[in-house]
Amino acid sequence: MTDKPPVLDFATDFDHTDPEWVSDPYTIWEDLRQRCPVAHTDRYGGAWFPATHAGVSAIAKDTVNFTSRDVIVHEGRPTEEDLPSPIGVAPPITSDPPFHKVARRLILPAFSPAVVNALEPQIRALCATLLDDIIFEGVVNASMDYARLIPPSVIRQMLGFPEEDTEMFIKAVHLITENVDRPQEERIELFEPVEAYFTRQIEDHQENPRDDLTTFLLNAEIGGEKLALEHVFGTMILILVAGIDTTWSAIGAALWHLARNPEDLARLVNEPELMPVAVEEFLRYYAPVTMARLVNADMEYLGCPMKEYDWILLGFPAANRDPTVFKDADKFIIDRAENRHVAFGLGIHRCVGSNLARMELQVALEEFIKRYPRFELANEDNVTWAQGQIRGPRNLPLRILR
Amino acid sequence: MKVVIDAELCQGQGRCFSIAPSIFDFDDLGSGFVIGDGTLSPETMDLARLAQANCPEHAIFIEESP
Repeated sequence: MTDKPPVLDFATDFDHTDPEWVSDPYTIWEDLRQRCPVAHTDRYGGAWFPATHAGVSAIAKDTVNFTSRDVIVHEGRPTEEDLPSPIGVAPPITSDPPFHKVARRLILPAFSPAVVNALEPQIRALCATLLDDIIFEGVVNASMDYARLIPPSVIRQMLGFPEEDTEMFIKAVHLITENVDRPQEERIELFEPVEAYFTRQIEDHQENPRDDLTTFLLNAEIGGEKLALEHVFGTMILILVAGIDTTWSAIGAALWHLARNPEDLARLVNEPELMPVAVEEFLRYYAPVTMARLVNADMEYLGCPMKEYDWILLGFPAANRDPTVFKDADKFIIDRAENRHVAFGLGIHRCVGSNLARMELQVALEEFIKRYPRFELANEDNVTWAQGQIRGPRNLPLRILR
Repeated sequence: MKVVIDAELCQGQGRCFSIAPSIFDFDDLGSGFVIGDGTLSPETMDLARLAQANCPEHAIFIEESP
């Protein structure tokens, strides 16, 4: 981070952890779209970044030339041993066809709209309880004391982990997700307590099966055979990592926007029926998730000389700001009716939890503005943003207005 | 005119059945499908077009009825 050389030109030396990118990536992406639609860097062992919707879409849908066996850009070029297949580290996000389809079909029913819709009352009650618990002193840290706490409780409940473990669970998750850019040895070390906890939970579920996602995965079969334990474990890790700071970021970013745009806040307070459309615009404008791919073999692609195992930083948030696809792409339009945003990705790896994420975002916003219909940023300078492939405010002090 | 979803292109983004639940529904995997034979009336045409304009996968097509 601080020991890295500063970026001089994002077209030829980009770094998504550079402070300039972290604080305002949108200006950088617009500049890239105009002069160099596919940026390159020698950092991370070599990576490409398409800044246009067309570039992002082409790569997301091309599972022949690109592999998903690693989806988080980190230091060093991966080698064959770093990239297990076909199951991968966290199936199905790290799986390629044809295994991907099998692993994905297995978990899709657990996140279908019907299942998610049934969770709404619980999520609403959770949000209300969290708001009750905030010790109100005029300023609320809407990220740390609200948005951060919603997704882990939902995921914990779906996986069927004990309620009394919630705090520990939240801490363990953030230890992983906030340290993805640390060296591999450190990440493995940080991960040990989580691995031990998951192992205990798996053992407990084997002894005492119940109606939850963990038991479901333990009983699930592919081709008449139970899943390999590494598959169960990997999918649990995926649900944990993909389902938590992503949604936390989306909720936080939406509240950040409303704190700075009182006219939009007033519209949502006065026109609650607008919320579903507004949620899609929040997702377009503040899409939190950037994915990654690896190039499968040396080739010329989008006019670029790509090499085997070069990283592709797959910027769905950048695609969402492409003015050739979205009218007034750089404007937040709360009632934007036509909105083909790609916040949940495109193609076969579309976010499995998208229905759940939408529900959490909508309910979290509804409950917050019901409790606090007027608020503003308490101190713009105290707002910090997550660095890496998930973007959202981590510290978000809001002053509640009467 | 009738509306169809190309099942090969649909990835379960979930936009169509949220926008137009009278025209689209979802299956156990969360993929969208057209309710009935998809014939559109002048009243449902605009809603179908709106759903089409919100599908990130461009999986919805509005065609001349045979």
